[in-house]
Amino acid sequence: MCLNKVRVRSTALVLAATCLAMTAACTSEKSGSGATSGDEIAIGLVTKTNSNPYFVALRESAQSESERRGVKLIALAGKFDGDNQGQVDAVNNLVAQNVKGILITPSSSQGVLGAIAAARAKGILVIALDTATDPADAVDATFATDNKAAGVAQGTYVRAALDSRTPNVLLLDGTPGSTVDDQRHRGFLEGFGLTEESPEIKGAAVTNGDQTKAQTAMENLLQRDPGVNAVYTINEPAAAGAAKALAARPDGEDVVVGSIDGSCTGVRNVKDGRFTATVMQFPEKMAQLGVAAVVEHAENGVKPSGFTDTGSQLITDKPVPGVPSKDTAWGLRNCWG
Amino acid sequence: MITTSAREQHASPRGRALLTWFAGSTTAGPLVALLVAIAVFALTTDTFFTVDNGSLIVQQVLVTGTLAIGQTLVILTAGIDLANAAIMVLGTLVIARLAGEGGVPALAALAVGIVLCTALGGVSGVLVTRLKLPPFIVTLGMLSVLTATSQLYASGQSFPVTSPLLTWLGERRYLFGQIELTVGMGVMVLLTAGIWFALTQTSWGRNVYAVGDDEEATRLSGVNTKRVILSVYLLAGFVYAIAAWQALGRIPNADPNAFQLGNLESITAVVIGGTSLFGGRGSIPGTILGALVVTVLANGLTQAGIDSLYQQVATGILVIVAVAVDRLVRGRAT
Repeated sequence: MCLNKVRVRSTALVLAATCLAMTAACTSEKSGSGATSGDEIAIGLVTKTNSNPYFVALRESAQSESERRGVKLIALAGKFDGDNQGQVDAVNNLVAQNVKGILITPSSSQGVLGAIAAARAKGILVIALDTATDPADAVDATFATDNKAAGVAQGTYVRAALDSRTPNVLLLDGTPGSTVDDQRHRGFLEGFGLTEESPEIKGAAVTNGDQTKAQTAMENLLQRDPGVNAVYTINEPAAAGAAKALAARPDGEDVVVGSIDGSCTGVRNVKDGRFTATVMQFPEKMAQLGVAAVVEHAENGVKPSGFTDTGSQLITDKPVPGVPSKDTAWGLRNCWG
Repeated sequence: MITTSAREQHASPRGRALLTWFAGSTTAGPLVALLVAIAVFALTTDTFFTVDNGSLIVQQVLVTGTLAIGQTLVILTAGIDLANAAIMVLGTLVIARLAGEGGVPALAALAVGIVLCTALGGVSGVLVTRLKLPPFIVTLGMLSVLTATSQLYASGQSFPVTSPLLTWLGERRYLFGQIELTVGMGVMVLLTAGIWFALTQTSWGRNVYAVGDDEEATRLSGVNTKRVILSVYLLAGFVYAIAAWQALGRIPNADPNAFQLGNLESITAVVIGGTSLFGGRGSIPGTILGALVVTVLANGLTQAGIDSLYQQVATGILVIVAVAVDRLVRGRAT
């Protein structure tokens, strides 16, 4: 899951109140329209939002793959990250339009289960992209990043990049309670060789994946522990915030900042040395696999199943022995957004 | 009030003077809260009470503090502005995009942003005064419209800013080679002083307070209250443009997803700063103190090693206490 917009969840409460006053504002947005006709295969895509570059990349990839295969894509989205009702409405709408399959990045891993079960009961293939449902077998198959593995990659790299220095680690987390946050956080600690209680951890802060909040949190944490030399970040905006805070003290020790996402902005930040490394995920691959699986099922009856890791790749221009990585030139060719 | 005079007979003259000052001054509460917070953190942590950290806190307060100045103006007229951060964010996007990929000179881009933010404030003002809609509803609608507009305008991108003019407010200067100051701090001081002067020393300012206190009575006394309220929203819009400039100075990157809770954070600062949500009572210095209290809490609790979620708990409690104390004191002493 991409966490650029995790911070929106708190705003969701405000917006939910807004919705009571303005019910019309909260319907999901549609691109593509009308019921399917004849034998044409239609595929529904339901992303968390329409605005996050991560989901824009995912949608555009699904669109081009659909065109290539001569099928029709109906792309819907929630209004904001966490908009479960919007996603439920979108799934219901897609069922009514007789789609052959639904690709969904669930905002709520549990809230959307009822709508998914109803769709599957009508013989529609449902595939979770980017984020698994809970339980995972509520959908036919899941194509997503193994976020734990991405966290492990970040942690392994940051530890190795410190070399012989004694680790002083700060953790810039996303939003408490989020599954993806938890997986990345635990993965980082595992890869680094730490536990929650390790004395090497000098502090942690909730950033909601927001650059401004991350910068403020980092500034405050640095005041307390100027000797920090390693930073975990939940996503690239948080890493950018940390980098800005670190840049304000140019005489400080060299700090290794790791991140996860693989957006083009993030890779450029690594290239420019603002932070040290990022772990790229591949939303476009998730979308391609998803479209292909639905078409395959519609034409040949082959059903996908289980969890497919769409992979992640460590990107850095400061490689360390024993930790596989690609440079930012490769990163810029493969980044999203 | 009978209870008051009975009380005052028992209080010592000095105590009475203190009580009167505390009740009459909207800045007393937040000032005491700020001093207490500073004292606690200075005594309990080694790193809080330093020049560097002081500078940091002021840098962190600039954007929300500026938003809160505009918010104070609106709240003084018994209004509320839920759209202030949304106006600011759209301003940062327009400025950054024009100056970046638009190739427009930075000064022109900034001017467009200032005009746009001021005009958007004016739109709220017109809706409030001409259509007589409640400010809550007007700005709730504006919030929704502007948030979506920003997303559409940015289409999922954020826009980095490199122009020296646009990031000027983030530039650092050193006083005595030690104390780190930014240009934005100077702008904040000028803005605070200017609006404080206008509110307290001009007839316009008196009308703003009067409208907030009792619009109908003010109108009957011959003041064009609609024009006063409209001018407040226009000025608030201008202040949000300055907040946009401050935001670009602090983070030279315009992001449509930034400052999503900026409206509530500014209201928090205003309320802790002693301004009454019912209008007619409050001050700009109080708001600055309120914004400082919130920032000091977050900064100090971090340095005390306390989980950042507890910082939100502390801020929430403080809002409730601030309003409760305000009520209590006013109920007894006025």
